[in-house]
Amino acid sequence: MTRTSPETAVPDAPVGDGPTARSGAAARRWAGRVGSAVIVVWGAATAAFLAQIAQPGDRATAVLNLRTGQVQERSPDELAPINAEYGFDRSAPGQYLDYLGGLLRGELGTSYQQHRPVWDVISEQIAPTLALSVTALVLAWVLMLAWVLLTAGRGRVAAGWGSAVDSFLASMPQYWLGVVLLLGFAYGLGLFPVVGGSGPVALVLPALTLALPLAGFLAQSTRTEFERVLEQPFVLSARLRGSGDLAVRLRHVLRHAAFAPLTLTGWALGATISGAVIVETVFTRRGIGRTLVSAVESQDLPIVTGIVVLTAVVYVVINLVLDALYPLIDPRVTP
Amino acid sequence: MTTTIETSPPETVPARRPAGRTAGAATLVLAVAGLAPWLLAPGDPDAIDLAATLRAPSAQHWFGTDEIGRDLYTRIVHGTGQSLTIGLGAAGVALVLAVLLALTATLTPRPVAAAADRVIDVLFAFPTLLLALLLVSVLSPSPRTLVFAVGVGVAPGYARMVRAQLLGVRDSPYVEAATALGHRRRRIVARHVLPNALRPLVAVFALSVGQCVVWASSLSFLGLGVAPPASEWGALLEAGRSYVTVAGWLVVLPGLAIVALAVTATAVGRVLATRLEPGE
Amino acid sequence: MSSATVTTPADPAEATASAGPAIVVENLRVSFAGREVVHGVSFSAEPGTCLAIVGESGSGKSVSARSLVGLAGPGAEVRADTLSVGGVDVRGLGERAWRRIRGDRVGFVLQDALVSLDPVRPVGREIAEALRVHGTVPRADRREKVLELLRSAAVPDPELRAAQRSGELSGGLRQRALIASALAADPEVVVADEPTTALDVTVQAQVLELLADLKRAGRTIVLISHDLSVVAHLADHVLVMADGRVVEEGAAETILTAPREPYTQALIQAVPGAGTRGRRLSPVPPVPLPDRGRGGAVAREDADPDGPPVLVARDLVKDFPLPDGSRLRAVDGVGFALRAGSTLGVVGESGSGKSTTARLALALEPADRGTVELRGQAWSGLAERHRRARRGAISVVSQDPLSSFDPRWDVERILLDAVGHAAYPTAAARRERVTDLVARVGLTPDLLARRPLTLSGGQRQRVAIARALAPDPDVVVLDEAVSALDVSVQAQILDLLVDLQQAFGLAYLFISHDLGVISHLSDHVLVMKDGRVVEEGHPEQIFTAPVDPYTRRLVASLRSLGAGAGAGRPADHRPDLERTTS
Repeated sequence: MTRTSPETAVPDAPVGDGPTARSGAAARRWAGRVGSAVIVVWGAATAAFLAQIAQPGDRATAVLNLRTGQVQERSPDELAPINAEYGFDRSAPGQYLDYLGGLLRGELGTSYQQHRPVWDVISEQIAPTLALSVTALVLAWVLMLAWVLLTAGRGRVAAGWGSAVDSFLASMPQYWLGVVLLLGFAYGLGLFPVVGGSGPVALVLPALTLALPLAGFLAQSTRTEFERVLEQPFVLSARLRGSGDLAVRLRHVLRHAAFAPLTLTGWALGATISGAVIVETVFTRRGIGRTLVSAVESQDLPIVTGIVVLTAVVYVVINLVLDALYPLIDPRVTP
Repeated sequence: MTTTIETSPPETVPARRPAGRTAGAATLVLAVAGLAPWLLAPGDPDAIDLAATLRAPSAQHWFGTDEIGRDLYTRIVHGTGQSLTIGLGAAGVALVLAVLLALTATLTPRPVAAAADRVIDVLFAFPTLLLALLLVSVLSPSPRTLVFAVGVGVAPGYARMVRAQLLGVRDSPYVEAATALGHRRRRIVARHVLPNALRPLVAVFALSVGQCVVWASSLSFLGLGVAPPASEWGALLEAGRSYVTVAGWLVVLPGLAIVALAVTATAVGRVLATRLEPGE
Repeated sequence: MSSATVTTPADPAEATASAGPAIVVENLRVSFAGREVVHGVSFSAEPGTCLAIVGESGSGKSVSARSLVGLAGPGAEVRADTLSVGGVDVRGLGERAWRRIRGDRVGFVLQDALVSLDPVRPVGREIAEALRVHGTVPRADRREKVLELLRSAAVPDPELRAAQRSGELSGGLRQRALIASALAADPEVVVADEPTTALDVTVQAQVLELLADLKRAGRTIVLISHDLSVVAHLADHVLVMADGRVVEEGAAETILTAPREPYTQALIQAVPGAGTRGRRLSPVPPVPLPDRGRGGAVAREDADPDGPPVLVARDLVKDFPLPDGSRLRAVDGVGFALRAGSTLGVVGESGSGKSTTARLALALEPADRGTVELRGQAWSGLAERHRRARRGAISVVSQDPLSSFDPRWDVERILLDAVGHAAYPTAAARRERVTDLVARVGLTPDLLARRPLTLSGGQRQRVAIARALAPDPDVVVLDEAVSALDVSVQAQILDLLVDLQQAFGLAYLFISHDLGVISHLSDHVLVMKDGRVVEEGHPEQIFTAPVDPYTRRLVASLRSLGAGAGAGRPADHRPDLERTTS
C-alpha cells in the first residue's frame, strides 16, 4: 500500500502521463503485491516443512505408534511401507520439492493419525470455524466503531475511560472471557445453550468471546487516529460551516480513522481463526480449532502445518482484497 | 509593551499521575508475591484437606478450594513466581528476536536487509497462537518449550514495531544533520539511531510481559503448557477446567490474576512510555 | 472538541436583526482553564468594510475571531459585554443555535485549504455540505449551486474542479474552493484567518482580490493576519494585537504609515525588503563580540568578495521517481558560484527545486548530472568517507530546527557534538568553544542545560545557527531558515545572520520563498521555477527590471500586495511593506 504524499502532484489541469502510463504503473504495483503474497505463502510452506522434518525421533515410528496407539520399537519391515507412503526415505530437498509440488496441486499432505488427506480433515471442520471467525470479526468492528465514536475526543475523562477499556479488553485472555460468559449467561441466566448446539444462538457467546479482545485491540489504533483527525483543520472547517458533532464524526473523521484498523483486518481474521482453538475448547464446539489442539497433542504435524499454510493463504488473500479496497476509502492511495 | 523579546515556554515538570502510582503499587504486590509469597500467603500451597473440597470462596478460604481441598488463594500467590518467570522469559525471547530481525532489516547492506524484511513479513502472517502451537507440536509441551513458543509467537508483531521505529530514526532530520556535520556512520548509529529507536523498548518490554503471560496461560489452558500439579496460573486453569460447571472460581479466579497482571503490565508500559518521551 | 461555553454577565436581551454594524464585540475576554488569554478586546465592523486584526503568534487574534462563532477552542470560557453578529446577541447560545450562526451568518476561511478541506472528499461535496446543513437550497439544485459558487469564486472549469479533491488542485484553486465553501450559505460576515499564508506569492494576490470583491459586494470581512502587507491590500480599519490586548487601532492608512505605538512601529520596521538592505530590522542591538575564541572573533583573511568562489555548482540535474512510475525533474541545469563573505539568494515557490538544490550543494543527495566544488576541490560525486573530513567547511540551518536536534540531547551536548576534535583537542577547549558559540548567537549560558523542546522558536533557530558555526564553516546553507518565525523574531535572526557574516566572512546560500527576505540579504539572486533558474542578477535589477515573464509576475504580485490597489484606496509608496510576503 502506498499513500502518496499530499504535497506531490498538484497540477492545475488534469494532466499526468495519460491513462496508459498510469495503468502500466498500477499493473506493476499489482504484480509486486501478488509477488509478495506468493513469497509469504512460500515462506509459510517452508516453515511448515521445516517443522515437519525438525520433529525429534523417527517419523515413521511416530506414525505407526500414533495409528496403533502403542509406543514401541518397530522393525524395518514394518517401517518400510510407511517410509514409502510418506516419502520419508527421500532426501530432505527431495521431500521439500515433493511438499511444495503437493501444495501447488492443492494437497496439504496426509494425516499421520487418521491416515487420510489433511485437506479432507480440514474441509470437514472448517465451516463452523469460518462462521465463528467472520461473525467475530464483524462483531468486533461494530463494537469497536460504536465505542470509539462514543468516547473518542470527548474530553479527558471520556478519553481516559475509553482507552482504559480498550486496553483492558485487549489484554483479556479469551479462555477466561469465554468461561465468564459461559458461567454468567449460559449457566447463570440460562439464555444461551451451554454446550455445542447449532444455529445463530449458539454462535453468540463464542463470537463475543473472540470479538471483545479483538475490538479492544482494533480500538487502540482507531482511537489514536480518530483523536488525531479530530484536531485537523478540515474538521474545524466543517464545524465552522455549521456541521454538527455527529455529522463531523461520521462524515469526516471516521473515514480517516478507519484506515489504520482496516490494514490490520487480514491479521485479525487469522487471529480469530487461531483464537477458535480456545473458544471451541471452552464451548465444546466442533471446528478446526479442536482439530488443531488434538493434532498438536498427538504431534500429528501434517494437520498442524496444513492449518498454518491455510491461514497464511487466507491472510494474503484478505490483504490483496484490502489493497483493492483502500482507494475507495482514501482516494489518495494509488491502486 | 514594546518589542517582543523571545521568551521561553516554562519548563514543564512531569506531574506524578495517579495511574502511575496505582501501577507502581500493583507491580510491588506482584514482585512480593513472586519473590516472597509466604509474606502474602503463609500457608502451604500443597496442603490437602479432604474435608473441605471444592469449597466456594468464603472468609476462611478467600478464593475457595479445589477438588482435594487445597486453598486456591495460597496456590495463586505461590504460583506468581513461575508465571512471572515464564512471562519475563518469553518477553525476553520475543524482544531479542524482534530487535535482531529489525536491526538486520534496517541497518545491514541491501540484500541481507531485504531478506530480513521478508522474514518479518512472512512471520507476521502467522497469528501468535498458531505459531506457538506449531512450535509446541514439534518440541512437545514443557515449561521451556512454553517460554520459547510464546516468545517466538509474539516476536513478529514487535519486530515490525521496532523496524518502524528504527526506520523513523534512521531517516530523521537529526540523523541527516549528524551526517552533514561529517560524523561517521558507525558513530551516528551508536549515538542517535540505537538510543532513540531502542529506548521505547523498555516500555514495550513491560507491555509484552503481560501479553506473554496471557498467551502462555492460554497454552496451559489447552493442556499444552505447564501441567498440574504445579501452582503456576496456567496449570491452575487447566486443572480447574474440569470443574467449571461446579466450581467456576477455579477458572475465574486464576484467570482474574492473569488479567490483573496483564492490565498492570499495560499500565506500567504506558507510564514508562510517557516518562521516556524525550520531552518529559 | 466541545464548543465554548459562553457566560453572559449582562442582560441577555435578544436583539433582533437590524441595519447597523455587522459585528459588535465589546470587552471580550477568553480564558482556558482559568488562564485568560484575551483581555477585554473590543471591535466592530460595518457591512461592506474590512476589519483587519494583526498580531504575531500568541497575540489572541484567532481566538478572538473564533469567539464570533462559538468555537474559541475546547474548554474555552468566553465573556463579553457585547457579542453580536448581524444584530443577534450570540452570548449564551446553545450548540444548536451556534450551528445556525456558523456558515449561515458567519463564513470562516482557514489558513491552508490543503488541510482545511477534507483531503479524501471532492471539493464539490465539501461545498455542498454547507448547503445541506443549512437547508438553503433544495437537494435537487445543490449541484448547480455548487458550480455557481465555484464560478463566483473565479474557479475555472467548475464541473471538473467540483469532482476533484483538494490535493488534486493547485494552491490557489483550492483556497478559492475553500472560500466558496464558506460562502455557500450566503453569510453576511466572512472571517478569513490567515487566508494567504500558505500560498505562493503570485496566488496570494488573486485570493486577496477575491476577498476584495466580496467586500465590494457588501459583505463584512474580518481579516486575521500576521502579515501587514496582506492587510494593507484590503483593510479599512486595523487592530494591532499583542498578548491578548489591542495595542493600537485606527484607519488602515494611519496604522501603516504613521503608527503611534512603539510596538507597531517595531513591527513595521521588522519587515524585510529591498529597501531595508544594510539596515537593522530589530531594535535589539548586535551581540557584542567576545574577545576569546579561536577562528572566531576576527574576520577571515579570505573574506574577499572578489576572491575565488568557495562553492561552485555546475549544471546540476536531479530526478525523483513518482509513485505512478514516471520521473520528476526537480532540478534542471542549475549552476552558481558563491564567494566568501557574500550571500546568494535562491527564491522560488514551493516545488521550484530550491530545497533540492540546497541538498545537492550539501552533498546530502547525489546529483544525477553536474558537479559541485567546495573551495576549489571536488565535492559531489565522491564517496561519503572522502567527504567526511571536509564536511566542516559547509554547514546547514533548516526551517524546522527542532526536528534536526536529537530529542534526548540538551543544547550543550548538541553543540559539543558539532565542535571538531582536531581544532579543539581537549574537552576544556571544546567546552569553552561551546560557551563562545552560545554567546555569539545571543543566547545566555543557562540555556545550555535545556532541551530544545523547551526553547522558543527563535532560541531554537539560534542554537541551530550556533551548531552550524561550530565547525568554522566557509559556507552556511540556510534553507528557509527564518520562514517559520514571527516577523519580529525573524528580524532579530536576520540581523544576527548579517552580524555573523560580517564577523566571520561567511558565505550564505540562502534559500527562501520570501522575496522580501531574499532582497534584504542577498548580493546575488537566482529565481527558480520548475527546477530551472529563470533569471538571476543583483536584487536591485531583479526587482526594478525583471526580464523573465515569471519573475515579472512574481514582482508584480508583490507590488500589488503592497500597494493595496484592490481595496480601492490610492496606491501610495511604502517601501518597507512593498516587497513583502511571509
